[in-house]
Amino acid sequence: MKADPRGVLTGSHYIDGDFACCEGALAAGCRFIAGYPITPSTEIVERFARRAPLVDGALFIQMEDELAASITIQGAVWAGKKAMTVTSGPGFSLMMEHIGLAAMTETPCVFVDVQRGGPSTGLPTLPGQGDMMQARWGSHGDYEIIALSPNSPQETFDLTIDAFNLSEQYRVPVMFMMDECVGHMMERVVIPAADKIEITPRRFTKLPPGEYLPFKPAEDLVPDMFKAGDGYRLHVTGLTHDFRGYPAMTPEVQEQLVHRLVNKIRLNAPKIWRYEETGVEDADVVVVTYGITSRVAVEAIDVARKKGIKVGMLRLVVVWPFPEPRIFELASRGKAMVVAEMNYGQVFYEVDRSARGKVPVILAGHGGGMVHNIEDIVNKIEEAHLCRS
Amino acid sequence: MPVRQREKPFGFPRPEAPHGEIVILEERCKGCGFCIEYCPHGVLVTAKKYNAKGYHPPEIVKAELCVNCGFCRMICPEFSIYAYEHRTGEKP
Amino acid sequence: MSILNELQKASLSPGPDFHPDKHPMDDFLRMDRMPHIWCPTCGIGVSVNCFAKALEKCGTPLDEVVVVSGIGCTGRVAGYVKVDSFHTTHGRAIPFATGLKLANPKLKVVVISGDGDIIAIGGNHFINAARRNIDITVICVNNFNYAMTGGQVAPTTPEGAILSTSPFGNFEFPFNLPFLAESVGAVYVARWTSLHVYNQTNAMIEAMKKPGFSFIEIVAPCPTIFERQQKMGDGLDRLRWYCENSEIRTDAGTKEADIRLHDKMIVGKFVDVERPTYLDAMNTHYQERLGPKYKVYEG
Repeated sequence: MKADPRGVLTGSHYIDGDFACCEGALAAGCRFIAGYPITPSTEIVERFARRAPLVDGALFIQMEDELAASITIQGAVWAGKKAMTVTSGPGFSLMMEHIGLAAMTETPCVFVDVQRGGPSTGLPTLPGQGDMMQARWGSHGDYEIIALSPNSPQETFDLTIDAFNLSEQYRVPVMFMMDECVGHMMERVVIPAADKIEITPRRFTKLPPGEYLPFKPAEDLVPDMFKAGDGYRLHVTGLTHDFRGYPAMTPEVQEQLVHRLVNKIRLNAPKIWRYEETGVEDADVVVVTYGITSRVAVEAIDVARKKGIKVGMLRLVVVWPFPEPRIFELASRGKAMVVAEMNYGQVFYEVDRSARGKVPVILAGHGGGMVHNIEDIVNKIEEAHLCRS
Repeated sequence: MPVRQREKPFGFPRPEAPHGEIVILEERCKGCGFCIEYCPHGVLVTAKKYNAKGYHPPEIVKAELCVNCGFCRMICPEFSIYAYEHRTGEKP
Repeated sequence: MSILNELQKASLSPGPDFHPDKHPMDDFLRMDRMPHIWCPTCGIGVSVNCFAKALEKCGTPLDEVVVVSGIGCTGRVAGYVKVDSFHTTHGRAIPFATGLKLANPKLKVVVISGDGDIIAIGGNHFINAARRNIDITVICVNNFNYAMTGGQVAPTTPEGAILSTSPFGNFEFPFNLPFLAESVGAVYVARWTSLHVYNQTNAMIEAMKKPGFSFIEIVAPCPTIFERQQKMGDGLDRLRWYCENSEIRTDAGTKEADIRLHDKMIVGKFVDVERPTYLDAMNTHYQERLGPKYKVYEG
């Protein structure tokens, strides 16, 4: 279905990534944000606080902590709205229990993490990319989520809409992994007319009360949803539950439920993967990167090509679920891989694992605080190029 | 005041009072004793028999004294006892 | 898909067959999950009974009622009532309820949870929701300990009580819940015990009808843990104790409502005031500031 024009700020704007994220959320139909201020994500909610009173049906509330924010949005989702919360590293750590709850109760919502230097309080005003593994494994137990990573304000706008669409389609919490650089850089963002924006509506059930089972999956392993107040009178719990939503704490039900929650993303992963490739057809060395680092990597690849190294780039747009088969294909064809990220190795381990020993994988990483220097990545590309022989 | 007037206030043989029929769902009872203790007219006592769970449910001994006050129904944690007004056909 | 077939086989059949006779409240309960897990002479079942009666008398259509609870013995209430119910994480029932209410103000949202859940781990959310006067009703069943996990000391445990994490007696000073609720701005504050069933029911009706943050504390026996550890008998003995030792006062200030292990306890309705709710305040304020551009938020 098409976007609601009341939330779409059509036009060409010169705004930063945080503002673009807020506009993307409004365009996607998000009408409820519960947030807590934390640098560098505060601008998203500041923008929403200013826009919400003038958009029909939108409400912003600043909660008393991230724990409250991350569960208030789930209450709003179960009352029928699309909801999002924003945070950075320390707040993301606080939200982990409720990300687990959203995964277990299959609540569609979006968690934006504008990453900064970590760990702990770290570097509040400087970029980092050190939360990528936490997005995937942060909460306890087995579950799967979807994580996206934009590299420009324009892409932030577009991918925020995709994040909402994916969360509705798969009834899963989606992690939107920006970084402080993308969040605070100002670039041109073109917002199209509302009827050019496709949004996925919530998969409400068509069955009447009495027949509908809230956790019985459809063909694609995703159950249809209901909302409180419609007369279904159903129970939703974080305990292991059966099709009816009733707690059923036995190993058999645990196996069926958790296996489905995990398979929901794993088996549908081919439809969810998204990456951008440049120059990999004849590449000896492939640079795998995402987020703001990819903008530096593009330059580094130009420099390396001029030096005669055949190098290509794979930019991850959807980071989780991880595109293991594609990495394996590239590893089978190429000679070496370089993973450029602003941390001491997170997606690096995934690439290394997916390459299955076919090629050496080298990390071009550092602790965060500033984006890579072009020379750093070029040096690693050269090292990788030498490595293979 | 003559004794006769006190025996028949307002001229009626006995004042009208509500009367309740008690229903005990014995299998649900967990023998807490709340209803027995707090019935204002002492209509219930603990039965000698026990239910499948091994608890002693209440037993009605003074059925005619129940005035359908509803206290037993409200205080039962197991939803296993209630009374309803039989004469007027009131639904419980 | 073969996975679907496996999943269908695993779908559980309804709970053990129940006695065919019906209780008037059976329509309100999830009878396929009965009997409930609460111990004999526990006070939580009494509160659920009163809540059912209160809903009936209130007249709110059950489709619009939502019950949210946290984790713990009282947290299991959400699983037994046949309305849209949510069993959320420990301590976070109140912000979840806030989200539900603000996203759809037509819902009647009731939080039923225990003392540890609401005022210990959920303390921050309790005071902020009361401050904002979010239009929800909070029913806190206070059994003075963390019962589900085996009886640990809680912020409401009276001084001197012996529990598993205070084996030599509790030396910490407990919360006075009505005092706390009043000081953070709750518009309706009452305390009753499991014995005062009619008062409890009326309090619940008043609280649900009243716009704003209403708080009811129900002092309940916990025979398996609290009463047993303090050697106070079982639930029935404790109800007799409430009968002797609770004083219904209509003029008491919440400051005097401390609970001590062996002293008299004050019950009653402490606070019943008027204050604009969160949404009312928001709508009024934006209408003043933004004028005709602002459309009143109704969900």
